[in-house]
Amino acid sequence: MDSLQQQNALSLLSGDEAVALAALDSGVTLGTGYPGTPSTEILENFDKLGGKAQWAPNEKVALEVGIGVAFAGQRALVTMKHVGLNVAADPLFTVAQIRLDGALVIISADDPGMASSQNEQDNRRYALAAGVPMLEPSDSQEAYEFTVRAIELSERWQVPVLLRMTTRVCHSKTIVRRGTVKIPAPGPAHFERDFPSRVMIPAYARPAHLRQRRILAELAAWNETEGPNQLINGSSSLGIIASGAAFQFAREAAPEAAPEASFLKLGMTYPLPLEKMRAFAESVDLCYVIEEGDPYLVEAARTAGIHVEAAPESFRFGELSVSRVRRILTGDTSPEPKRVPGKPPALCPGCPHRSAYTILKELNCIVAGDIGCYSLGVLPPFEAMDTLVCMGAAIGVGLGLRHSLPPEEAKRVVSVLGDSTFVHSGITGLVEMVYNPPATGHVLVILDNGTTAMTGMQEHPGTGRALDHGQTGKVVFEDLARSLGVPNVIVIDPVQDPEKFKQTIQSCLDKPELSVVIARRNCLLAAGSIRAYERCNEQQSN
Amino acid sequence: MSSNPTNVVIAGLGGQGVLKASDILADVAFSAGLDVKKSDVHGMSQRGGSVASDVRFGQRVFSPMVPQGEADFLVVIAPDQVEVNRAVLGPGGVLIQPSQIDESALPNKKSLNVALLGLLSLYLPFPVEAWTSSLGRNLPEKLHDANLQAFSLGRDSGETSGQEK
Repeated sequence: MDSLQQQNALSLLSGDEAVALAALDSGVTLGTGYPGTPSTEILENFDKLGGKAQWAPNEKVALEVGIGVAFAGQRALVTMKHVGLNVAADPLFTVAQIRLDGALVIISADDPGMASSQNEQDNRRYALAAGVPMLEPSDSQEAYEFTVRAIELSERWQVPVLLRMTTRVCHSKTIVRRGTVKIPAPGPAHFERDFPSRVMIPAYARPAHLRQRRILAELAAWNETEGPNQLINGSSSLGIIASGAAFQFAREAAPEAAPEASFLKLGMTYPLPLEKMRAFAESVDLCYVIEEGDPYLVEAARTAGIHVEAAPESFRFGELSVSRVRRILTGDTSPEPKRVPGKPPALCPGCPHRSAYTILKELNCIVAGDIGCYSLGVLPPFEAMDTLVCMGAAIGVGLGLRHSLPPEEAKRVVSVLGDSTFVHSGITGLVEMVYNPPATGHVLVILDNGTTAMTGMQEHPGTGRALDHGQTGKVVFEDLARSLGVPNVIVIDPVQDPEKFKQTIQSCLDKPELSVVIARRNCLLAAGSIRAYERCNEQQSN
Repeated sequence: MSSNPTNVVIAGLGGQGVLKASDILADVAFSAGLDVKKSDVHGMSQRGGSVASDVRFGQRVFSPMVPQGEADFLVVIAPDQVEVNRAVLGPGGVLIQPSQIDESALPNKKSLNVALLGLLSLYLPFPVEAWTSSLGRNLPEKLHDANLQAFSLGRDSGETSGQEK
């Protein structure tokens, strides 16, 4: 059986694995991104397959590196979770109007239902807002094919392309047939000087914007006739327009809720094939739009005067499922059954963050927190994290509290973030701390466990090891803080001597000065691997 | 519309090998030439919290998740996760849980997931060899013997208690 499957080039892959395979098969020259559930496994697998993959300090830098790759006529794949695109939004909105030579494909992995995220923003809105064409796969086969097609579209129209995935598409395994779409290998790397296309001063950006809108109009026309959209003819009484994972749910729900419905499955959801949607809606008695997240398709259809039925507002929250789509199609508005709550995640036994939080709680600190495993410090038994907004916000939020609270309260404020988060977007916060110090001083605690633990032990610039764990340049946090002029920079192991750690924090809180305390102890889950990588890298350098 | 797929949910706590068990099962069904989809959620759930993984196989599968109340089999590795997941079982669905296995006979406590797969295998139309070769593909070599023993223990537990269909 195995050999038969292999002969047919079939494998059972997650959406993330399928994107990595497609990147390899279509000659992606560089994959870059920042780890974030559910996108992390794309670059890890691209590396395993032999592709060139690297972690950037954050998504903005990753996208900028990707832009450079495309300027050199090569193919870039830039991966991130949905909130990562907020960080990368600045380059996104301008590269959208820049003429590229190579390919630039940006993966946005959205997390409806927030399996592991701080919000459930719908990044289809970004395609519309930035004017970037967008493809949406609904399973791993499409993740494979749409990645190849995205590269093809990017090169043909010389624009960046967004590939929007969701948690279920990224992490579900479905059967993939390799090699179903093929494109020629990229040409040789080169740089062509072209000021008006690449240098976005206003004089050049104005015509660039006109070009962008002209290309989007061409892409809309292309999507009407040749786009990766699928018409499934069924009864003329009910039609369903859907995309992504929602299509799979609707396909399964429909036979029961509405026998033999017709489907218009959209693969390219920006710019939309509005005339195709109009013709489809008019061909059936009743046309539903089934979509996860925001009413993006519904609003676009209705704005264009296409009459469609939409799910009630309550279905905007959380993931869809077969059962929920049945409810939508049958107009069932009774309360949905509540899931029995499972065991919530918790800091591992022996996790160094446990020791740190116990002490912050004992000291009655107001903790401006951040994103990582240590976010779990908000839950019992610690209940020692007071704020969480976005990556790196611990520092700015902590400073704002210090500036505003009466001195006795201000002195209790501590900013806490992890090592990878500090590199991602804490460094500019530290600069702010030095530049605009509160009257009471401030204390920044970096919980340095030597890895990007929450997303599954990825390297970052502070570990001194690259994505493949080989040795590379290392950002030393204490050196960085001292070079910025922070008077108190202390490195301490919170597990080895908790009492000393407590005294250190207390003495920093008592001073009207700036302090950076680096609580350094490797993540228990990563410690063994870290030792092995270090040994391996030492042997290689000897 | 083709016949309905077979729906299996494997549940437990982070670190118990829920995802490994569902990988092994999905691989068995895939190797039999069936359409297969498998779905689970990574990230925060890894930190010791509840984990569930859905495997569906048949002629054609659409949703990767098993709809509530439609699971044919619910395999639970942690006893305290039975009630959390019971609602996913359909009418006549089969619950497979650790109390059906003599855990003290396991060569390695970590292979309880595979022992429960042994029990599950009695209900599914795949030959034993398909399971053992999937175990071989999905586990590192040094764990093969312990897991093959665990798998046999699971099958024997089912056969002695007359659970084979």
